[in-house]
Amino acid sequence: MTATGRYMGARVRRNEDARLLTGRALFVDDVHLDGMLHVAFLRSDYAHALLRSVDVAAARRRPGVVAAYTAADLGDYWRPGPLLVPPPPIRGLVFHARTQVPLARDRVRHVGEPIAMVVAESRYVAEDALEDIVVDAEPLPVVVDLEAALAPGAPLVHDDLGSNVAAHAVQRKGDYARARAAAHVVIARRFRYDRGAAAAIENRGIVAQWDPRAEELTLWDTTQAPIPIRNGLARLLGLLESQVRVIAPFVGGGFGPKIMMFYPEEVLLPWAALRLGRPLKWIEDRRENFSATTQERGQIHDAEIAVARDGRILGVRDVFLHDTGAYDPYGLTVPINSQCTLLGPYDVPNYASEFTAVFTNKTIVTPVRGAGRQHGVFVIERLLDFAAKQLGIDRAEIRRRNLLRPDQFPHNHEIIFQDSAPLVYDSGDYAPALERARELIGYDGFVQSEQARLRAAGRHVGLGLVCYVEGTGIGPYEGARVTVEPSGQVRVATGVGTQGQGHFTAFAQIVADVLDVEVDQVHVVTGDTREFHWGTGTFASRGAVVAGSACHAAAVRVREKVLELASGLLGAPPDRLELAGGRVRVRGSSDSAIPLGELALRANPLRGAVRPGTEPGLEATAYFGPDRGSTASGVHAMLVEVDPETAQVEIQRYVVVHDCGRVINPMIVEGQIQGGVAHGIGNAFYEQLVYDEAGQLLNASLMDYLLPTATDVPAVEMAHHETPSPLNPVGVKGVGEAGAIPTGAAFAQAVEDALSDHGVEITEIPLSPNRLFELIEAARSARAR
Amino acid sequence: MDQQVPIGVTVNGVRHERAVEPRLLLSDFLRHELGLTGTHVGCEHGVCGACTVLLDGDAVRSCLILAVQADGHELVTVEGLAPPGGGDELHPLQAAFREAHGLQCGFCTPGFLMTLVPFLREHPHPSEPEIREALSGHLCRCTGYQGIVAAVRLAAGSAP
Ligand code: FES
Ligand code: FES
Repeated sequence: MTATGRYMGARVRRNEDARLLTGRALFVDDVHLDGMLHVAFLRSDYAHALLRSVDVAAARRRPGVVAAYTAADLGDYWRPGPLLVPPPPIRGLVFHARTQVPLARDRVRHVGEPIAMVVAESRYVAEDALEDIVVDAEPLPVVVDLEAALAPGAPLVHDDLGSNVAAHAVQRKGDYARARAAAHVVIARRFRYDRGAAAAIENRGIVAQWDPRAEELTLWDTTQAPIPIRNGLARLLGLLESQVRVIAPFVGGGFGPKIMMFYPEEVLLPWAALRLGRPLKWIEDRRENFSATTQERGQIHDAEIAVARDGRILGVRDVFLHDTGAYDPYGLTVPINSQCTLLGPYDVPNYASEFTAVFTNKTIVTPVRGAGRQHGVFVIERLLDFAAKQLGIDRAEIRRRNLLRPDQFPHNHEIIFQDSAPLVYDSGDYAPALERARELIGYDGFVQSEQARLRAAGRHVGLGLVCYVEGTGIGPYEGARVTVEPSGQVRVATGVGTQGQGHFTAFAQIVADVLDVEVDQVHVVTGDTREFHWGTGTFASRGAVVAGSACHAAAVRVREKVLELASGLLGAPPDRLELAGGRVRVRGSSDSAIPLGELALRANPLRGAVRPGTEPGLEATAYFGPDRGSTASGVHAMLVEVDPETAQVEIQRYVVVHDCGRVINPMIVEGQIQGGVAHGIGNAFYEQLVYDEAGQLLNASLMDYLLPTATDVPAVEMAHHETPSPLNPVGVKGVGEAGAIPTGAAFAQAVEDALSDHGVEITEIPLSPNRLFELIEAARSARAR
Repeated sequence: MDQQVPIGVTVNGVRHERAVEPRLLLSDFLRHELGLTGTHVGCEHGVCGACTVLLDGDAVRSCLILAVQADGHELVTVEGLAPPGGGDELHPLQAAFREAHGLQCGFCTPGFLMTLVPFLREHPHPSEPEIREALSGHLCRCTGYQGIVAAVRLAAGSAP
């Protein structure tokens, strides 16, 4: 059964909003428990140092302090964290796993790495006590720059490895050397992308409670992956999985770093709560967030494209460095995404891609909204721009000529994706989306006349137009349990956590349609392992796809149970019954409709016998595991005006045409895209984590690290273009990251276009106003020479 | 540090008398002493705006004020907007946020609401640039602000 009904595709107001708007919604920092103590961490000020000794004796003596711990106090519990994502089966792959530790023992490898933990009656006292701790550390030479990290004699982040290479992987398709030899033009450039912060407005936080009577550990955690946290903690602490309950309540934005595990705090708070027999709370502050929460996006690409005279891509070669920070617990997800996403919506017959992941003395790198895809899109889109220019082909046209055609799906790219499966696009129809974006932004009018007219009036306005694909909704699986209660209301429990994506509503819509009830009668619970404990988490734009499909499957099973039970009561076969408006009746008859609630009661009788082979209740649990991800795609177009004197950029219009398969709730999808574009604009022009040579982050506050505000982000004009995914019954593809992925590429093209009379070439993101000013000046003096 | 100062504040119409440490932030006082956890904390350095509350009717950042400085004043937090009773009835601005999808994770939302209440009182028919200017002191990482702008227009009765 495929998903249809009155809620599928409708702009349904969100079920969760009333709680959030009135301040009733529970976030981790809102948890208050009797006898609760507060935790603060002493973190390294050095990016790289030997720890000679850490003395917490004075901290322990401070009134109000209950405990202070260093690595030495952890005994056997001290061990490096797990490797979260083992590397995929790529031939010849080199990979060195070096994962983070709970508290640094003899060496610190990045600023912000925790060294000691203080537990006190209040957070204020705990922070006072951090001042009492005496650390004897010997600073070591620091590795910050990616290329310097690989130079002979560079200081080593992990000296047992003998180099700073964390991984090396080569993936190939076809024969690039042959393609290159046959090319009309080969264009080579170096591209850089730098680090940004995910910057969820809620920082991370944990509350841990050991209940000695129930012998149960409860953890409230801002994680995107409550179930794996529960399973891992049970293992670490020697408890049964059923003795550990992890709750990810309302979470104030995730964007990737909240799926990392285990953060040191996540293993330390439960351990100390067990020892001390009192509940503990730690809430990250913004400054900690800038160094202790994972980051992303540092890469350097040396790429070239080989094209025919008509602009067709014959092949692409890309060699890149990926900054993985001080440890690499997330494996190779990010660089492999970069490697795969570079192919975009295009037919690239020959591809040679090679990357080296590099350890540096900086905060750990794990996926942040987009997860490496930005880089791939940036490289291919910029190469196409340069090729178009050199060949004298229009930039929209060179893209159109290279798009995969509908008859090429499913399309196998012959390389391995992050989920260890071959990179296969399930479905897509790219040319109409490109055409639509051209229309919406007014491409022809702009390039043919408008731009010249504006330029004559002294204005520098430019257009950017780029395509992307995004592999979404990967496995392994998610599950859901759907229950009709005797009140007639429906409850849905699923394992994914939610960080604002509207799951309480989108899942309710899917279930409401199958059971034909009002959407506000469907109550969704997410992210509590006591409610549902099978699944993996919210990442890779997979919530709606994978968990949504599981909700659908469970609801379909409940519907079958409903009809079967009603069939006996109404004396008619199930196929003659109809379920509508929360009641079942014999089709065409006006009497004897039975409400769902009454059926739920009857399905759970207090007396009499339940027929053998039947289960009580109107409840079903189902799972969904796609073989591979579904491929979302789209086109972004923007108009910008640049002031060449001040390097200020104003975004005048932003258009997104996207295909995320069937749309469950357009309001939610549009919100995800608008928010993603805002994030992308931030990455492109405002946000950059600036490290100095000593590995110190120079802008670790929201005062200095600029997030875009309401005056920086335009209203995004959107068009949905639906090619339903054949890989799931709902037909959806993920959308959570799409807005943020191609923004940098579009921005670079638009700014370069606006400044075409200055001859500025843009090969890096982020471009701050300062950096753009430098590029304009450099272009000016180059022309003067 | 043990010295405690007595203070008296009225929050959402209810009078509270407490003894607090002089260094206690107003945000921590509201959240942890009074249990009014609807006021959120995102930066504690006055940039994100999540902690905004009304002090004698004006929007202020509760992370930049000490609880002792609120002594004798009237405060309103997000919990004080909707009609009392804990039902599902919302303040018109809250209803507009729901209608126009002005929130995703909802963490920043209480702060936006508390800035917008006095803003709409002073600008009953704001233009879009005025709205954006008013919002620009707040950070939201989820929405890209468009739903928030639409919500303000809806609440102001100026929606197209
Ligand atoms: S917490 Fe007060 S402004 Fe951010
Ligand atoms: S809704 Fe998440 S930060 Fe604004």
